[in-house]
Amino acid sequence: MGETAATADPRYAGVREQPPAGTTGPWAWAKTNLFGSWWSTAVTLVLGYLLLRFAVEFVSWALLHAIWSVPYDAQGRPDNTACHNAKGIGACWAVISDKYRLILFGRYPYAEQWRPAVCVVLFVGLYVVSAMRRFWRKELALVWVVTLVLIGVLMWGGILGLSYVPEDDWGGLPITLILATFGLAFAFPLAILVALGRRSTRLPAVKLLCVLYVELIRGVPLVALLFMASVMFPLFMPEGVNINKLLRAQIAIILFAGAYLAEVVRGGLQALPRGQAEAADALGLSYWKKTGFIILPQALRLVIPPLVNTFIGFFKDTSLVLIIGTFDLLYMGKIALSDPPWQAFSTEVYLMLAVIYIAFCFAMSVYSRGLERELARAHRR
Amino acid sequence: MSDLTADPRLVGARVAPKKGLRLSWSDPLFRAIVWQVVIVGAVVALVWYLVGNTNRNLAARHIATGFAFLQRVAGIPIGESPIAYDPAVNTYGTALLIGILNTLRVAAVGIVLATILGTLIGIGRLSGNWLLARLTSFYVETLRDIPLLLQLFFWYSILQALPPPRQAWHIGDLLYLSNRGARYQQLTWGPAYSWALGGFVVGLIATIICSRVIRRRQDQTGQRMPLWPFGLLFMVALPLAIWALLGAPFQPDVPVLRGFNYQGGGAVSPEYFALLVGLVTYTAAYIAEIVRSGILAVPQGQWEAAGALGLHRRRILTRIVLPQALRVIIPPMTSQYLNITKNSSLAVAIGFQDIVSIAYTTLNQTGQAIEGVAIIMAVYLTISLSISLFMNWYNARIALVER
Repeated sequence: MGETAATADPRYAGVREQPPAGTTGPWAWAKTNLFGSWWSTAVTLVLGYLLLRFAVEFVSWALLHAIWSVPYDAQGRPDNTACHNAKGIGACWAVISDKYRLILFGRYPYAEQWRPAVCVVLFVGLYVVSAMRRFWRKELALVWVVTLVLIGVLMWGGILGLSYVPEDDWGGLPITLILATFGLAFAFPLAILVALGRRSTRLPAVKLLCVLYVELIRGVPLVALLFMASVMFPLFMPEGVNINKLLRAQIAIILFAGAYLAEVVRGGLQALPRGQAEAADALGLSYWKKTGFIILPQALRLVIPPLVNTFIGFFKDTSLVLIIGTFDLLYMGKIALSDPPWQAFSTEVYLMLAVIYIAFCFAMSVYSRGLERELARAHRR
Repeated sequence: MSDLTADPRLVGARVAPKKGLRLSWSDPLFRAIVWQVVIVGAVVALVWYLVGNTNRNLAARHIATGFAFLQRVAGIPIGESPIAYDPAVNTYGTALLIGILNTLRVAAVGIVLATILGTLIGIGRLSGNWLLARLTSFYVETLRDIPLLLQLFFWYSILQALPPPRQAWHIGDLLYLSNRGARYQQLTWGPAYSWALGGFVVGLIATIICSRVIRRRQDQTGQRMPLWPFGLLFMVALPLAIWALLGAPFQPDVPVLRGFNYQGGGAVSPEYFALLVGLVTYTAAYIAEIVRSGILAVPQGQWEAAGALGLHRRRILTRIVLPQALRVIIPPMTSQYLNITKNSSLAVAIGFQDIVSIAYTTLNQTGQAIEGVAIIMAVYLTISLSISLFMNWYNARIALVER
């Protein structure tokens, strides 16, 4: 502001004032941000030394001295002497190149593994499309239904010339994505109903049911719920009816996520000014029209950032199904590591799994932050 | 309101006409009752159906319901237990109690350590030092994006890759780290230590009384006496004096290698250690964000105003900024504490025997599925409720008092 005034002054015309020496440039930046005080300098030096040492050692371990592949003997068994010799000096990425198909797709028939691969691509495409605000309209629900049906057809097969593959043979990344996506698709409507029920003043009995459901589920760990699903569901069912393991885990996850999402949605409902509901009532809208056209669109918009955070937590929590023996990504990693030649190389496999999980979660959190900024801007205006 | 109804012209007109219940779909009250009857009826029918199935299934499997199995001999081997336990003698009840104690042990230590680490990292993210701020935010971003279970497996595999006891890493005689866990030197506890501990407790109470007296004096006279000499006297000198009077016994309990493992000293199993490290580092990432947002929520003007009043920087932090930041911090912190407790159930995946693990073994051995699940739920609901109640009480204590 002062700048424009200064340059408008004829005396200063043509003379561009330079900032005082030593306040700009990389050196000045380092001086304020890295060596501001003796304390800051000490921190920088110590951390810088540790970071540099760690980086050098990591590069040397992960790249320079790494074993990328190992020879196979006549029976197709890997010969891992090279890896054992390099233990502690270099990473053994051969375990990944040997096992990545097993980790990613589980025991799915080897020749048919293009099908789960296509499913993973479809899932990612579905997430990307759902994330774009341009596609936030009614047709999106149709896209979801079509994609999920397509994924079901691809995974099971049995029609269109695809061979039938039972759920027990599924595994790896598709299972993780199925548990997360179907869990979300069913838990979200459930959560909205529960949140509305918990907010209702006219229906005290329904409110009580909703409070009981949410507080009971939130009070116990997911592990306990999964155990419950695995030991109690067979007791609940009439004789002869057997729910498979994947479905049991899926139901437990839906019930779990429903309770947490309901609390987030309830936060949005509470944050909405009462006037909105009263105005809708004054217009003579019925309860469902009021909720569907006035309340929910505004309330859900308010809670998008915490919703995405809940999705992230929930995506990570799908890994817990390994405790009841569902072959998700993490469990396939454990199974790959139980193969005797590779037992000693868990770090490499865990790193690979971590990278996959980080890729999904980091994408979601970056997206959430961008959306938060965008919505905050719209709000301020 | 009361003024309005006091006006004689408006008496009666203010009161809405009282309507009876009409049996018509256009009456909201009638609709509400119908909906509730339908929904509650559906839930009751579902529960009825499930209970009926369960009873038939239990009868078919010849499982008697009830908690009588708690009196039977357990036979579950338990690796580490805070109380004496023998699988051949003790009952399922004792085994489950050990499970509860193990859960509490992990949760309590985890809560304290995660709070300390998380607070340090949260403050680090606000640091003016670019490198420190970047590194801590990298820590937060990365650890929050990896499933806790994967992190636990990672820590456990690292601990198992440590050398065997014979080649254990060690710091003198103080600490030995091997694939059997950590062994550390500790003091042999004697009566002198118990008395000294008693002295410390008495000293603590005396110091608190002193601090009250000093505060009252300051309120009356405006003069402030230092508290630390009293604290030093009562909490350090008094226990030391008691210990010295009782002959100053000092006998370290040193871990010694015998056979394939160490004997003596304090022990931490690799399972407990991995679970604790995993829980603490993971939850600290969340706590760091809570602390950071809490501190950022206090306006800069508060620092400046307090500075203008002539307060010392440390007093500004403890008396002005932290109390206000705590109001923002406490509610989300409560849910993190609950998360640590609930996440400690992941112990079952790396073989630490917490309540879920022992209850699951019990229900597999006895077939008492419903009772086992009921015990797990009861334990967690009790712990969750206790933490919630305590934190709500604390929150109410520090909440903003408005007129």
